[in-house]
Amino acid sequence: MVRSHVLICGGTGCTSSGSAKLQELFAQHLEANGLAEEVKIVQTGCFGLCALGPVVIIYPEGTFYSRVEADDVEEIVKEHLLKGRLVERLVYNDTGDGVDLPKNVSVSLNETGFYKKQVRVALRNCGVINPENIDEYIGMDGYAALGKCLTEYTPEQVIQIITDSGLRGRGGGGFPTGFKWSLTARNQADQKYVVCNADEGDPGAFMDRSVLEGDPHALIEAMAIAGYAIGATQGYVYVRAEYPIAVNRLQIAIDQAREYGLLGKNIFGSGFDFDMDIRLGAGAFVCGEETALMTSIEGNRGEPRPRPPYPAVKGLFGKPTVENNVETFANIPQIILKGADWFASMGTEKSKGTKVFALGGNIEHTGLVEIPMGTTLREIIYDIGGGIPGGKQFKAAQTGGPSGGCIPASLIDTPIDYDNLTAIGCMMGSGGLIVMDEDTCMVDIAKFFLEFTVDESCGKCTPCRVGTKRLLEILDKITEGKGTLEDIDRLEELCNYIKANSLCGLGQTAPNPVLATLKFFRDEYVAHVVDKKCPAGVCKSMLQFKVNADKCIGCKLCMKNCPVNAISVTDYVAPGHKLPSVAIDTDKCIKCGVCMGNCKFGAITKE
Amino acid sequence: MKSLAELAAIREKMKDKVVLREGSAEKRIVVGMATCGIAAGARPVLNAFVAEVNEAGLAGEVTVTQTGCIGICQYEPVAEVFEGDVKTTYVKLTPEKVKEIVEKHIKGGKVVEAYTVGNVE
Repeated sequence: MVRSHVLICGGTGCTSSGSAKLQELFAQHLEANGLAEEVKIVQTGCFGLCALGPVVIIYPEGTFYSRVEADDVEEIVKEHLLKGRLVERLVYNDTGDGVDLPKNVSVSLNETGFYKKQVRVALRNCGVINPENIDEYIGMDGYAALGKCLTEYTPEQVIQIITDSGLRGRGGGGFPTGFKWSLTARNQADQKYVVCNADEGDPGAFMDRSVLEGDPHALIEAMAIAGYAIGATQGYVYVRAEYPIAVNRLQIAIDQAREYGLLGKNIFGSGFDFDMDIRLGAGAFVCGEETALMTSIEGNRGEPRPRPPYPAVKGLFGKPTVENNVETFANIPQIILKGADWFASMGTEKSKGTKVFALGGNIEHTGLVEIPMGTTLREIIYDIGGGIPGGKQFKAAQTGGPSGGCIPASLIDTPIDYDNLTAIGCMMGSGGLIVMDEDTCMVDIAKFFLEFTVDESCGKCTPCRVGTKRLLEILDKITEGKGTLEDIDRLEELCNYIKANSLCGLGQTAPNPVLATLKFFRDEYVAHVVDKKCPAGVCKSMLQFKVNADKCIGCKLCMKNCPVNAISVTDYVAPGHKLPSVAIDTDKCIKCGVCMGNCKFGAITKE
Repeated sequence: MKSLAELAAIREKMKDKVVLREGSAEKRIVVGMATCGIAAGARPVLNAFVAEVNEAGLAGEVTVTQTGCIGICQYEPVAEVFEGDVKTTYVKLTPEKVKEIVEKHIKGGKVVEAYTVGNVE
């Protein structure tokens, strides 16, 4: 009889920090201690707290062990699982209240500061069930929503429930999902399609991957429900080949669902047929745009097509198609089971439910969080995310990746929802949230995202292909200290032109990072062109490393580490010192900062 | 799978298995599993508790877990039953006694006085 479950995170983050090995070791040590019959090992999807991985949680106590390494496994088995004593040094029990609990107190996952404010709908099974076991999903009410739709509701009723719930697309634009389904449902055709956009491409966003890895059956169930609602019998999941674990688990899940008859002909004896297949993408950002994605599934080069006609009329293979992203689908079974009112009770007036954010950048708890719409940025960063490392000041947060904008510190109390973000010139996007501290140069950030869009522009339309390149050139000029005030005006003008004239969403949103940083941090652009200074000390061509001769004790540590031999000894011996100080030859200096990092006396500064 | 009934059957079968992961149930049975406990036979006692609780269909309401040394080594195997603020300590347990405790106390709500710490020599 099993008395305890050991949940080991098998998400991509923890896998790359060695969780697969842990699973093997747990099996070995459980066997060696005669516990194999009593303790079950469960490989789960992502728990969300990736910064502290590999994560191991032991139930029924719910003890949270963080950063578990191979050498720790034997101790956990012998101490915790055999004798019931906590392995205190590995216990994670930060409740976020500013009180340090003694390490012999374990708190349950939901009591930790990271989880306390979260509401998990799309991620509800991630880190709870074994994604490769369909029975566990069914044990968590899986496929009950599909059963309910097929036996109790008409397709129109299903669409009405989704419409009433207020669910909006989680992939970027926030288009109402129920309305999208009804548009497709009303078009008659011999074949319709349901497409899942799992081509997650925003730098730093990985919520779709986590759902695919942690709860793939939720996606399958939701797509079947969508198929029933709009009259489609075939679904496609377009997922990037760079997500091998996700692709593998999704395929296992599809096979299991087919075996159980939850995909295929005459599901639940209702006469409804639905099946689905995976299509792998090569990782082009533009293929996350819905028309480019469909073109790619059709076997062509991934380029967008003009809209209209919209996919609801003429989508995949020219047939009416519904396309939603993974997170949107992951909400569907819960809405059917718990009702539209339940879902609509969460969130703000026009943005219902929850949203998953991938926290990254200068933040303590890098990872995935799911929060009700309307939570403020301050709560996300400080209460859930654990704040900024090193006691630095918060400067801005980037949302929506290369298509989005930034939220400056002055707007940190903005409740996050679709409309508030749009109002400040930002966008929800897929939910990447990159936190930046005081040492970040906003011009450099804009340049970073522009480099990304220049690389990823498919080249079909001129405003995007040529325009983004020109934008990047102007930004390069500014960060090199060669910009003028006119350049800033031209930058703005070109941004607006690209926005208005590009063919697809990629081009239309590509200038957003520039416009948003111009709006909130214009003074930084001005400092770059007028004072020829980078206030954050990031842009290398405007930096100079200098030695404060009176602080330098002449240890020459910097000299030994300088990769270009730009440092030499001077004749000057500071009062109270025995050795002569050093100096940096600015012509040779490549501004790598190694000298400053090595100096133990704070004698080297950058300005 | 042909019907909703089959789906429901799998769900029922799995519920008991995944319910363990919902954490702190209202009633907790804690078995002392330090060296003294293990030497006195706490392992079979712990496993008996798990088996009996599951058999009684109470897996959702009762958490069975283990702890370190409670401090009364001469009375091992020891188990404590927590119900809110009320604690009952059973001592010198055997799998047979466990069966009786689950039947009478956990299920029936009546403490088996004969096995509690005050009544065992």
